[in-house]
Amino acid sequence: MKQNDVILQSVTRVAVVIILTFSIYLFMNGHHHPGGGFIGGLSTAAAIVLLYLSFGIEKVRENIRMDFKKLAAIGVLIAVGTGMTAVVFGKPFLTQAFDYFNLPIFGETELASALIFDTGVALAVIGTAVNIILSISEDR
Amino acid sequence: MITLYLFIFLPFIFACIVPLLYKYLNRQVHTGWFVLVVPLSILIYLLTFIPAVASGETFEYTFSWIPSLGIHITSYVDGLGLLFGLLISGVGALVILYSIFYMSKVREALHNFYIYLLMFMGAMLGLVFSDHLLAFYGFWELTSVSSFLLISYWYERKSSRQGAMKSMLITVFGGFGMLAGFIMLIMMADTYSIRELIANMDVIQGHSLFIPAMLCILLGAFTKSAQFPFSIWLPDAMEAPTPVSSYLHSATMVKAGIYLVARMTPIFGGSPVWFWIVSGVGIITLLYGSLTALRQTDLKPLLAYSTISQLGLIMSLLGIGSLAVYFGPGESGTVFTVATFAALFHLFNHSTFKGSLFMVVGIIDHETGRRDIRYLGGLMHVMPITFTIALVGGLSMAGLPPFNGFLSKEMFFAAVLDVSKAGIFGLNSIGALFPVIAWVASIFTFVYCMIFVLKTFGGKYHPERLNRKVHEAPIGMLIAPMVLGLLVVLVFFFPNVLGKYILAPALTAVLPMMTVSSYDLKISAWHGINYELLMTLGVILLGGLLYMAKKRWLPTARKFPQGWTLNHFFNEGLLSAERWSASLTNRYMTGSLRHYLLYIFVFFVLLLLGSLLWFHGIRFDFSDNAMINIFDAGLVICMVISALTVLLAANRIVAIVALGALGYMVSMFFVIFRAPDLALTQMVVETVTTVLFLLCFYHLPKLKRTIERISFKWTNLVVSIAVGLTVTVLGLSANGHKLFEPITSFFENSYKLAGAKNIVNAILVDFRGFDTMLEISVLTIAGLGVYVLIRQRSKRGKEHEAE
Repeated sequence: MKQNDVILQSVTRVAVVIILTFSIYLFMNGHHHPGGGFIGGLSTAAAIVLLYLSFGIEKVRENIRMDFKKLAAIGVLIAVGTGMTAVVFGKPFLTQAFDYFNLPIFGETELASALIFDTGVALAVIGTAVNIILSISEDR
Repeated sequence: MITLYLFIFLPFIFACIVPLLYKYLNRQVHTGWFVLVVPLSILIYLLTFIPAVASGETFEYTFSWIPSLGIHITSYVDGLGLLFGLLISGVGALVILYSIFYMSKVREALHNFYIYLLMFMGAMLGLVFSDHLLAFYGFWELTSVSSFLLISYWYERKSSRQGAMKSMLITVFGGFGMLAGFIMLIMMADTYSIRELIANMDVIQGHSLFIPAMLCILLGAFTKSAQFPFSIWLPDAMEAPTPVSSYLHSATMVKAGIYLVARMTPIFGGSPVWFWIVSGVGIITLLYGSLTALRQTDLKPLLAYSTISQLGLIMSLLGIGSLAVYFGPGESGTVFTVATFAALFHLFNHSTFKGSLFMVVGIIDHETGRRDIRYLGGLMHVMPITFTIALVGGLSMAGLPPFNGFLSKEMFFAAVLDVSKAGIFGLNSIGALFPVIAWVASIFTFVYCMIFVLKTFGGKYHPERLNRKVHEAPIGMLIAPMVLGLLVVLVFFFPNVLGKYILAPALTAVLPMMTVSSYDLKISAWHGINYELLMTLGVILLGGLLYMAKKRWLPTARKFPQGWTLNHFFNEGLLSAERWSASLTNRYMTGSLRHYLLYIFVFFVLLLLGSLLWFHGIRFDFSDNAMINIFDAGLVICMVISALTVLLAANRIVAIVALGALGYMVSMFFVIFRAPDLALTQMVVETVTTVLFLLCFYHLPKLKRTIERISFKWTNLVVSIAVGLTVTVLGLSANGHKLFEPITSFFENSYKLAGAKNIVNAILVDFRGFDTMLEISVLTIAGLGVYVLIRQRSKRGKEHEAE
């Protein structure tokens, strides 16, 4: 019997956008407000899991062609890489820097290297969470 | 002078090139011929020391090995070392010569044999010339190891392996004891050098560790020298090739313990404990060895027990000689100095005659294929030269003139007679036992010597009992025992040459406090008619009678119950030790994780609670605590309820859900305590873990799905309450013990330092970003782990299906 998931799929289409926006908000906001790479990554993973639940694994995999194991590895590499950059500049490992720039649209904006580090964290969390759930769901 | 080191280490160096010689030249020349050069050159080199050492000189060379720890390889040449060195190299040369003809060039792995033998020789040489205690110990263990290798030379035989293992266990056990004793000595006198120990004698003798150190060192000496009751390894070591038995178990290794006792006499001698243990154990060993030798039918064990007995004789003489240290220079001291002299003399004699006797046994074995005296007999006419050598060695062992054993046995009788009259150390009461035991043991010695010679060579010749055509041994095999037999006779006629040049300096080394002039060392074969001579006559008379009547009592003696032998006790002890430790291990290593957790928790509670109580660490201080408001109290009550639900839940779903509730409650706590980041994370993570738990629950095996309550166990309840109590007490005590201000004030200026208003995030990514970096690595590894575990399993499952 083929199930009819119209409502679920319709809601998901809207909800995923909201969740992804919220998770990006959480992630970007982490420097000054509650949030950050970990929460942001987990809520992104939640959005992806929701997609899997409502549309099925095959269909999502067709549209998001991404190996989440690699994503996790890339996240760790980014985190280590920011640390190494500091070494290249002659500072101790993982020294973070920040400054304020006047950007065209955003105005006076603070850009911090910690954000890149946090990106690494987020990618690692997304990759791992999705990877675990996918592995378990494929175990039949 | 580097040459001494060169000669001591020559065997080791040469051992390195033996495999090459064996590989490339063995087809043409027996490897033994090359090896023979080593002991010969050492012998010649050591002979050059004799004149100087005889005139009282000593030589010392130091090679710094670990200077920062004060460990050197100090070689010290004095009379005692030289005596042993000459024995080792001399008998070594003869044994190698003998082995060239004994060991087949074609059938045997000669390179192994000669490497082990050279290793052993080098270790023995290093041992007797060592002045440094730790170097001494090193060489000592090397002799144990190399003799282990030599005994198990024919490793495909079970009995060889067992004999080797037994000797290894016993000698290494003693070696460790000796090491402990050495360390105590080093602690007492603060020096590693034996000579400096002797110089600091008064410090050592007044020290409380004096007796423990002595007992430990004696343990080492007794195990190595096969004294009672550690003698059991020596007969089993007879599984070695005969040249090895001849070398190790008559001339060298078993004398290492004798050497140790002689070396330590200046330090420990003069104490009643030393005297009683050394001479008492020695004389018991003498009796035990001679009695047990009578019961043997195999020639090699017979000689092994006779070795044990003779070593006991030497040991008891050393014990008696240590009384000279007590008396000091003077008339009584001189009397006992003679005992030490007799010990050294008999040591030399024993090496000569026992070496030759072993070689004779080897020849008989080699030519007839039998070693059991019940099959042998009448070989006198077939092998006249061998018979002559055996007769010389046997009569010398029995203590008859005109052989050197007679001289040292007379001196032995004189010493035991003297000691019974010494009147110190409680000798008045039981001192008379010494001459009696010695005399009885000598009678037995005489009887087994007669059995050895006459049962093998006398009587009727039975060629049908032997599986080979018997003829005289080749001349090469006879040279070495002939040389030794010649020495036996020569020493009898010219004992004073040996005495003056070799034994007298050795005696000075053993008893340095006796000035040379205080004793007169003339060995003479004829003292006139005295007690000793009468005792010897009695030995011959009674021994002869006993031998005549041997058919009446010998079979009875041989029926000695096996269950009473020391060997039996050792084997049973070893077996039961194995059984006992296996059952002990099986009892607590149950394989059940619950038990191991119990051990861990009990240990945890005992250690922490114990140390808290021990150091009076339990102190509660609630003055700094914040007020408890209604939200806190309500949440705590809810948490306790859900925790109890987890414990008492009737099925697993309830437990999982209650656990989830607990997690959400914790996140509520984070909200109340103003930790928004933690609350967010906790919420999401709790959700994920609950989902995973449900997943696990769903996949539980369907076979045993009966949902039952957790069975109740008192121990678990007690342990878990104890753990909870410990942690609570620890937490509360720690809270009341704030020693310094927390460093949170530093993180408060995170905006200035890291440009972040969120302190938590600033700490995570900036101040302590290293932790975060590793945590995401942990996460990734966990993810990959899940992936790999599942993939591997499903892949294997597919393979199973394919099959």
